Amino acid sequence: MSGGAGGGFDLVVMGASLGGLDALGEIFSGLPASFPAAVAVVQHRRADSSASLAALFAARTPLPVHEAEDREPILPGTVYLAPPNYHLLVERGELSLSLDPPVLHARPSIDVLFESAADAYERRLVAVLLTGASRDGAAGIAAVAARGGLTVVQDPDGALSPVAPRAALERTTVRHVLPVPAIAPLLTDLLGAAVSR
Amino acid sequence: MQERQELEELELDLLLTGVAQRWGYDFRNYTEASLRRRVQRAMQLEGVRTISALQERLLRDPQSFQRFVSTLTIKVTGMFRDAEVYRALRKQVVPALRTWPFLRIWVAGCATGEEVYSLAILLREEGLLERSRIYATDLSEDVLRQARRGIYPLAAMREYTRAYQLAGGEADFSSYYRADDRNAILRPELSGNIIFSQHNLVSDGSFNEFHLILCRNVMIYFDAELRQRVYELLHDSLVKFGILVLGIRESLRFAPNADQFEPLSEPLRIYRRVR
Repeated sequence: MSGGAGGGFDLVVMGASLGGLDALGEIFSGLPASFPAAVAVVQHRRADSSASLAALFAARTPLPVHEAEDREPILPGTVYLAPPNYHLLVERGELSLSLDPPVLHARPSIDVLFESAADAYERRLVAVLLTGASRDGAAGIAAVAARGGLTVVQDPDGALSPVAPRAALERTTVRHVLPVPAIAPLLTDLLGAAVSR
Repeated sequence: MQERQELEELELDLLLTGVAQRWGYDFRNYTEASLRRRVQRAMQLEGVRTISALQERLLRDPQSFQRFVSTLTIKVTGMFRDAEVYRALRKQVVPALRTWPFLRIWVAGCATGEEVYSLAILLREEGLLERSRIYATDLSEDVLRQARRGIYPLAAMREYTRAYQLAGGEADFSSYYRADDRNAILRPELSGNIIFSQHNLVSDGSFNEFHLILCRNVMIYFDAELRQRVYELLHDSLVKFGILVLGIRESLRFAPNADQFEPLSEPLRIYRRVR
């Protein structure tokens, strides 16, 4: 199966909890406007948080950013955020939401996003797990690897909270272990996005 | 790898077909990603390792099957969830409701009942509960049993009180329940006009004409075909100018019969049947 976007990848999923705002912001600011894949993100947050993560991130990237709606089609070059207090799941070609119970105390859950994306996109998927204070994301990274997707984990040594990255590395052989500043260049490289063309 | 996945899909198909034929509950039009997770959870609960083993259990044991229904339909929500929706109900919908002498209200997919009681509190404060009948339905008898009891963890009440206030509530929220050491037990006068009953949106038809229907975060689990059928069912179940409330992350935009409704509030997914 060949990907529609550059490098054979159609979707990037990212997950972060404690410390994620800075890490995600830095990665977004490094992605070019021509970034050809869709990006779906779970950042742990309080159920009643009213602050707009979308606005926060939109200020740092040329890509359109918004909170996902149920059954929204997955479009290239668009960043979708899990809304507070819902799980975000990937179906084939579209996003869905659920009110299933929290997983590892989290809703949205990184594992839920990653595992559903692994099923739907298999080897056309890149998964990026960032700083986090729980094990959420470790099982997800393992599922992505098992389905042939490409895995990236933030180097725990530089992470504000190394629990999640360490849990993933203990569980699975991860393809790339990188500090945050190296992640956007890797993604841009992998997806073959043209920065200035 | 490919083969394993194809086998799993085949097993899942067989399971759902078997369940539909044996028990008359058809989950084949549920969205795949959520469904898979839920089936995995059902396997854990039953202590089986394969979908085929789960199937064998479900076809033979009614109690396992009831647990399966709960697992496949569970929706974890809270009182006055999305407070701004309740504020809009108070400000924009209540005036319309006042124009009818008697109100029939349907909460479709009521789960464990938090939303039903929130609505009952709101209607009571607006003086409308006495002339309302609220039909609260769900597919699962298990969750309906919980909903009927109206007992929720005391630990959740702080959050619910805050949501109630954000929703425009001005009374003392603790006056709506009595507390024991672990639970908040809702006042019986709230449930006097609520009828809890089992209803299957997949296979049952319209059973009345309603002035207000809440069907929030139910169709997020349905595929396009089933959602279309349910939209038609909801439309057929509303009086003219009756009001439909969806979850705030769902939209009628993608619905084929969207032109039968006009938005009262698009961002809050509150619609009115116009034809």
